[in-house]
Amino acid sequence: MSDTPMEAAPFAEKAPDAPVRVLSEGLASWLLVSPLAILLAIFLVIPISVIVTVSFWGYNEWDFYPDFTFENYEYLLTSAVTFDTYVKTFSYVLMAWAFTAAIGFAVAYFLAFHVRSTVWQVALFLVCTVPFWTSNIIRMISWIPFLGRNGLANEVLLQAGLIETPLEFLLFSDFAVVLAFVHLYTLFMVVPIFNSMMRIDRSLIEAARDNGASPFQILTNVILPLSKPGLMIGSIFVVTLVMGDFITVRFMSGSQSASVGRIIQNEIALLQYPAAAASAVVLLITVLIMIAVMLRLVDIRKEL
Amino acid sequence: MSQDATLELVALTKRYGDALAVDRIDLKVASGAYCCLLGPSGCGKSTTLRMIAGHESASDGDVMLGGKRVTGLPPARRGTSMMFQSYALFPHLSIADNVAFSLKMKGVARAERLARAAEMLALVDMTAFADRLPAQLSGGQQQRVALARSLITRPQALLLDEPLSALDPFLRVRMRGELKKIQRELGLTFVHVTHSQDEALALADLVVVMNAGRIEQAAPAREVFGAPRTEFVARFIGGHNVVDDGSGPVAVRADRIAVMKGGMGLPATVRDIEYLGATVSVALQADQLGELTAVLPDGRFFADPVAPGEQVMLAWKPEDAHRLAA
Repeated sequence: MSDTPMEAAPFAEKAPDAPVRVLSEGLASWLLVSPLAILLAIFLVIPISVIVTVSFWGYNEWDFYPDFTFENYEYLLTSAVTFDTYVKTFSYVLMAWAFTAAIGFAVAYFLAFHVRSTVWQVALFLVCTVPFWTSNIIRMISWIPFLGRNGLANEVLLQAGLIETPLEFLLFSDFAVVLAFVHLYTLFMVVPIFNSMMRIDRSLIEAARDNGASPFQILTNVILPLSKPGLMIGSIFVVTLVMGDFITVRFMSGSQSASVGRIIQNEIALLQYPAAAASAVVLLITVLIMIAVMLRLVDIRKEL
Repeated sequence: MSQDATLELVALTKRYGDALAVDRIDLKVASGAYCCLLGPSGCGKSTTLRMIAGHESASDGDVMLGGKRVTGLPPARRGTSMMFQSYALFPHLSIADNVAFSLKMKGVARAERLARAAEMLALVDMTAFADRLPAQLSGGQQQRVALARSLITRPQALLLDEPLSALDPFLRVRMRGELKKIQRELGLTFVHVTHSQDEALALADLVVVMNAGRIEQAAPAREVFGAPRTEFVARFIGGHNVVDDGSGPVAVRADRIAVMKGGMGLPATVRDIEYLGATVSVALQADQLGELTAVLPDGRFFADPVAPGEQVMLAWKPEDAHRLAA
């Protein structure tokens, strides 16, 4: 293709005085790419560059100042607190992931394979999204009157005679934190797994039955392997959300438990921006490594 | 595999609510025969096959295989194996694992099941592809794999649901030959669903023409083509003219109609000429009987050709006119 205005020719007879202007191909491509490129630059590249830059700055009790020091990282990476917090955060991730994956898979399986009519499928799917009509914080806080020492759960159990003293672990505990995570993020598992399952050719299930597979064998040998891409996309959502969370951990643990996100939040509250930036960079790298490992395990490309 | 594999359907019925998909059909397919269920879409042929396979429950009636009633059994315990229209190969498993799938389900050790899968792949000439994934194979290759996966279960009857419809015409003819060859070699009963008359005539020992949930005619291929029982069969199988000779409809094969430029016969006008290679198809408008088609060998046609618009006389022997049931 040349840069000459080719389209001009057919119109030449009708409007000889108004040649059609044609952008050069190079310019056209740049213009097409630019909206996304500009958005990414403003909302992704620049903020992250700022964070990375600030993470090398110095700070004291009342001020922070441009510098190029590795002290923030040195302190962060040698502190026992950092290590403990990461272990704690990983344990939250692992538990939240295991429960959301199990529940998400079960719900998606039910929707995709047991609900026969499309109308019911859509209806039940929408029911799954009902909790999302209100904000994260409200969904989280609404657990408190339910789980508290004098909450609904304890009252019911006491009256049913199943327990004699109120259960303490229900609220402001790791149990409460994981429960809230599962409640908040299970839908992020259901949607991609359901999507994967709906793409499974139903004749594969019949073929498996024809080859003597029991319902459980069909599940483990056909449905589970073919749902893996969806499971992996959901896992990426859950892992990144839980890794970066600070608000759920704070509310549901009653400020008794730490997570990486809460450390960053505290550092910001203390105006220790360089320390917070260094923590954020380390967290970002950790999450990216986790995603890279997960993508290695399952090829999700065919799902996109 | 030389055990008795006679397939018998007894008053087999499938109802969906009030709609009758299959209406009390009776059929007996001899052990080791190649049977084609032929009919237009929605005639119940696929439902019948799926009831034989056990993927669809029968509303009424029975399926017998080798003298045993298998109506209520799960698909894998009937002695049947089904080959699906889209082949239904497991996309996440290699070809060898696909073929060995049923053995894995039975708990056969990996080494043994792969060895047996290799035997089956050799049978269908696909040994070289054992480690590939289904998506890396062409349609014809996938079909051979599907065949191997079915045969490894040692079925008495192989059920094929439009197995050739996803292939291009050239490959279709070739795979047709291979199916017939494997059926002959293994002596299995084949039930093959198709909507293509050519396929049914080329393959079947027993052609079963179905319409609206009923069997219109079940007979050897030559009998179905030579003496269609009903008007539906005559029209569906093709190559026939259905005319009313005054006492009811009769079928006359298009290649049994003589087209003459004079003499005694039915007067008609040539409407169109189609050259088909070995034969020439002549579309005619007969004065009393309406539209007819005559098919002539190309040699005979070109020895004395007719042209559109020309007046001709038609004739056929009395024994070539088959009286049709309603």
